Amino acid sequence: MAELISLDGLKGPSSSKAMRAELGKDGCAAGACGAPGGAGAMPAEIWEKVKDHPCYAEEAHRYFARMHVAVAPACNMQCHYCNRKFDCANESRPGVVSERLRPEEAARKVVAVANAVPQLSVLGIAGPGDACYDWARTKATFEAVREAIPDLTLCLSTNGLALPERVEEIAALGIDHVTITINMIEPEVGARIYPWIFHQHRRWEGVEASRILHERQMLGLRMLVERSVLVKVNSVMIPGVNDAHLLEVGAAMKEAGAFLHNVMPLISDPAHGTHFGLTGQRGPRPMELKALQDRLGEGARLMRHCRQCRADAVGILGEDRGQEFTLGKLPDEAAYDPAGRAEYREVVVRERGELAVSRRKAEAQLRRIEAAPSRLVAVASRGGGRINQHFGHATEFLVFEVSAKGVGFVGARRVESYCKGGFGEAEALEGAIAALEGVAVVLVAKIGEAPKKKLAAAGITASEAHAYEWIEAGIAGWYAAAFTTTSETGRSTLKAG
Amino acid sequence: MAYKIIKSQCTVCGACEFECPNAAIKFKGDTYVVDADTCTECEGHFDAPQCAAVCPVPDTCVPA
Repeated sequence: MAELISLDGLKGPSSSKAMRAELGKDGCAAGACGAPGGAGAMPAEIWEKVKDHPCYAEEAHRYFARMHVAVAPACNMQCHYCNRKFDCANESRPGVVSERLRPEEAARKVVAVANAVPQLSVLGIAGPGDACYDWARTKATFEAVREAIPDLTLCLSTNGLALPERVEEIAALGIDHVTITINMIEPEVGARIYPWIFHQHRRWEGVEASRILHERQMLGLRMLVERSVLVKVNSVMIPGVNDAHLLEVGAAMKEAGAFLHNVMPLISDPAHGTHFGLTGQRGPRPMELKALQDRLGEGARLMRHCRQCRADAVGILGEDRGQEFTLGKLPDEAAYDPAGRAEYREVVVRERGELAVSRRKAEAQLRRIEAAPSRLVAVASRGGGRINQHFGHATEFLVFEVSAKGVGFVGARRVESYCKGGFGEAEALEGAIAALEGVAVVLVAKIGEAPKKKLAAAGITASEAHAYEWIEAGIAGWYAAAFTTTSETGRSTLKAG
Repeated sequence: MAYKIIKSQCTVCGACEFECPNAAIKFKGDTYVVDADTCTECEGHFDAPQCAAVCPVPDTCVPA
């Protein structure tokens, strides 16, 4: 996986100078995602809760890392997009892990990661089963970690079925971020996604199962909101099943008080052995997902930077260093050393100040442009908010929409080449071109002549002109050059789009 | 009368262990095992054997 922020300079006898240098070299990106580009119109106490959580605040995901510990393997229902038997170290999708941990092992792992990864700000439990159903293990893990590292933000992810009976304990443990996966509010839609649930000592199927699930999800959501726990709702977009319906879901979630809505594309590779994968149910194309997100984003706070990470992921969003911290590699005993994380936080405060200045400059530059069409721009970034990755090394592209109004984050698009053994360069390039659907230009640190030509043939311009610039500054610079020079240049850029 | 777990198919999620009203299911070695002497197939407790009802893999928790 791509390493977004190299940690080599952050380990050992660290200095804030070295940390800053590292951030300057590398970098991820910005805009209208989750809590968009800073506090904005958000109440101060809410911003305080989300500003360092990479999943809840887009800006935080440039700087902070999360880790999941896979302590909760048991689940109380079956989803058609999940196959719990599948495990591949190269695969990134929820519900997948390489190694299950006991609570005490998980706590040891969290301490080891906190000592090695100063960016760590969040511990989440996301299964691989259901954190609320497999509650004893979830709770024991949170208690052990809370004692070892009191300032770590705790969060969990659940299907919601067993959530209502855990709400009191969730609030008491100080878990103030909960994600519920809600794919429907109509049981008839749910019946096409969930074959069965296990509830009150029996198995329920069909519409009845989804009716119960829906009631439990909404009850749990409202109970959390009453207790001021921030709730993120994840919805899997399944074309032909719930894609149009998700507009109603989004409205219902907002009405119920959810903080954030995250629509994710269905992952349905037949090789994963899921029901949807085996029956040929397709996932949405990037532009279909964007169209839905744009409609949902009109009235609600939307997360657009989700990487659909594994239940044992470690690192900045978009990278997974889980394989560095498997059980066999952990020290038998490790004391938590808060120095690294504390120093890193000071660095981030300064970096955020510089980022804000760069953003304001970019906005001012864009305001000088007269009415021009909006464009999608892709960026190859290794993290830290800069255009700093070689095109050929990119496993994902960050996509932004730019117009005279500003630069807004649209989403991260993964290049489907995770099983590299089975793909050649030509296939990887095809994957990149598919991921860049609808994009006018891709800004990179460097790109070879051959892929540049192939991209041009697909109508996508590749440019090194803004290498190592801040992302917003580079995008604004490209846009200004494209739309304020001669009309000839303007037209050729339009053609490329 | 008792249930058994087909080891080759088991995902080792452990849901059966905490649904069992008789505490008849234990993690042994690398898989979950039903103790045939204490398993009652949930008779007198529930309408259906809980381990089979919650098991995520078809035909994996079955009558012995």
